[in-house]
Amino acid sequence: MTGILQTENVHLYYGENEALHGFDLNFNKNEITALIGPSGCGKSTFLRCLNRMNDLRTNVTITGSFKFNGKDIYSPSIDLTELRKTIGMVFQQPNPFPFSVYDNVAYGLKLAGMKNKHKIDKIVEESLKEAAVWDEVKDSLNKSALSFSGGQQQRICIARVLAVKPKIILMDEPTSALDPISSSKIEDTLVRLKKDFTIIMVTHNMQQASRISDKTAFLLNGDLIEYDSTQKMFVNPSNKKTSDYLNGEFG
Amino acid sequence: MEIKKKLLMSSKETRQDKFGKSISYLSIGFIILLVSLILYFIISKGLSTFTQNNVNVWDFLTKQDWSPSSIGKDGKPEVGALPMIITSFGVTILSAILATPFAIAIGIYMSVIAPKKGRKFLQIIIEMLVGIPSVVYGFLGLTIIVPMNRHLFGGTGFGILSATLVLFVMVLPTITSLTVDSLNSVPKYLSDASLALGATRWQTIYKVILRAAIPGILTAIIFGMARAFGEALAVQMVIGNATLMPKNLITPASTLTSQLTTGIGNTVMGTLGNNALWSLALVLLLMSLVFNIIVKIIGKRGSIK
Ligand SMILES: Nc1ncnc2c1ncn2[C@@H]1O[C@H](COP(=O)(O)OP(=O)(O)OP(=O)(O)O)[C@@H](O)[C@H]1O
Ligand SMILES: [Mg+2]
Repeated sequence: MTGILQTENVHLYYGENEALHGFDLNFNKNEITALIGPSGCGKSTFLRCLNRMNDLRTNVTITGSFKFNGKDIYSPSIDLTELRKTIGMVFQQPNPFPFSVYDNVAYGLKLAGMKNKHKIDKIVEESLKEAAVWDEVKDSLNKSALSFSGGQQQRICIARVLAVKPKIILMDEPTSALDPISSSKIEDTLVRLKKDFTIIMVTHNMQQASRISDKTAFLLNGDLIEYDSTQKMFVNPSNKKTSDYLNGEFG
Repeated sequence: MEIKKKLLMSSKETRQDKFGKSISYLSIGFIILLVSLILYFIISKGLSTFTQNNVNVWDFLTKQDWSPSSIGKDGKPEVGALPMIITSFGVTILSAILATPFAIAIGIYMSVIAPKKGRKFLQIIIEMLVGIPSVVYGFLGLTIIVPMNRHLFGGTGFGILSATLVLFVMVLPTITSLTVDSLNSVPKYLSDASLALGATRWQTIYKVILRAAIPGILTAIIFGMARAFGEALAVQMVIGNATLMPKNLITPASTLTSQLTTGIGNTVMGTLGNNALWSLALVLLLMSLVFNIIVKIIGKRGSIK
């Protein structure tokens, strides 16, 4: 397995308040890594560091090293828009634009200045297929994305990210707003996507983490408690706090 | 027995509920009555030009000579309202076209770019501008804009251009504040989604925020137009009040409203001259109805669910 994203000594402050207390976390290519931990432990905060979405908030200080393929993603010379295309993000709540399905998925392509209608059509179709929502939307590509169910909307959002061909996809509880059937469709999708992408996913659903992830990181109050292969973590965790959490004894 | 009686008797809450309901129904009934009376009055008075004075409706809407006291060549009174209808639409559309880009620019600044302080400051200014009585705008137009246009273009300075500029200042705060509302109502998660896809801030503003806010912005423009269309006093003070077909923007003209305010004091109730003014009022009423309907249609079609 080759590493794709390395983080080292990550500290993050919201104002005076330290939310991440300095830890290292490395991610491998073509794996699914699950971030778990009780509410407020810093999972979303950490995830947002990786595509620099925290830059949008005022009063946030981040220190430490973040390297994507060896390149520092916080270096002043980095092209932020390029970075966010390379490290895409799917949010907890489905958030399609109030446009047609087609315009949603084509959004990133048009940003990049792609004009060739034929090419765009092709990528839109491929992306919707990869996100396993093509059959449900193919006859209504011009309908507003908002007219679909939450689960379909979330898969449209995944397609929207896939269309710009990221290397890494960050997902913040992508299925928490969805019913079990939609969730399992998305899980299947993620497992299939693994061969082309690297996925880092926050989840509160332990079964989900154990079903689809290769590695699991357990965060607690801004500290990394344990990081290992998912199998090892769930069968035989080395830290007592991890086993307590997995057994539902706090959180 | 006791219990049954207690259960069947309406409770204090139910009685309060009924009381509140009857009060609000009463008020609603009163308002409906009032509105219907106003409508009835304007419509019946407005139609009397056509029913009592036998003016042809089509002539009224398409002829260009307005002088109700004299008889035209065809032996009918000269009440052609076309110049005023055209001028009304002219100043309305021109001022809206002029104000919209400014409103959008200020709106974007206020809702997306400005730090909190700048936003508050502009908000206060806009609210102040909305609250200034129209006679003040008219007076400012009279002392600043009319002389300026006289100086720049010659002539009297009175005319459509002066009216447009005054209306521009008057509708700008209306359009701006509604535009800001509609931009603010675009949820933050949409701009987050756009930024996370690698859009720049500017791309996010015009490809997502503006686009999602379009129905609201259109509504804002229509509201501004309704205000411009109905504004009487300020326009009357700077447009020159000549009931002529406008040939350019810098000679005196007259809108429906300015003709109404100018004429209403100089005519006798029941005469054709007076009835013809009521007909102008009827046209105004119908137009504001049209503006309202357009707003409703846009609201229904474009609302973000
Ligand atoms: N914008 C912010 N300003 C200040 N503090 C914040 C902000 N966002 C998060 N925090 C704090 O940082 C800590 C971590 O929050 P974060 O949202 O990353 O938790 P999380 O692990 O994603 O929780 P959840 O599972 O509930 O989503 C919390 O204590 C939270 O209160
Ligand atoms: Mg979170």
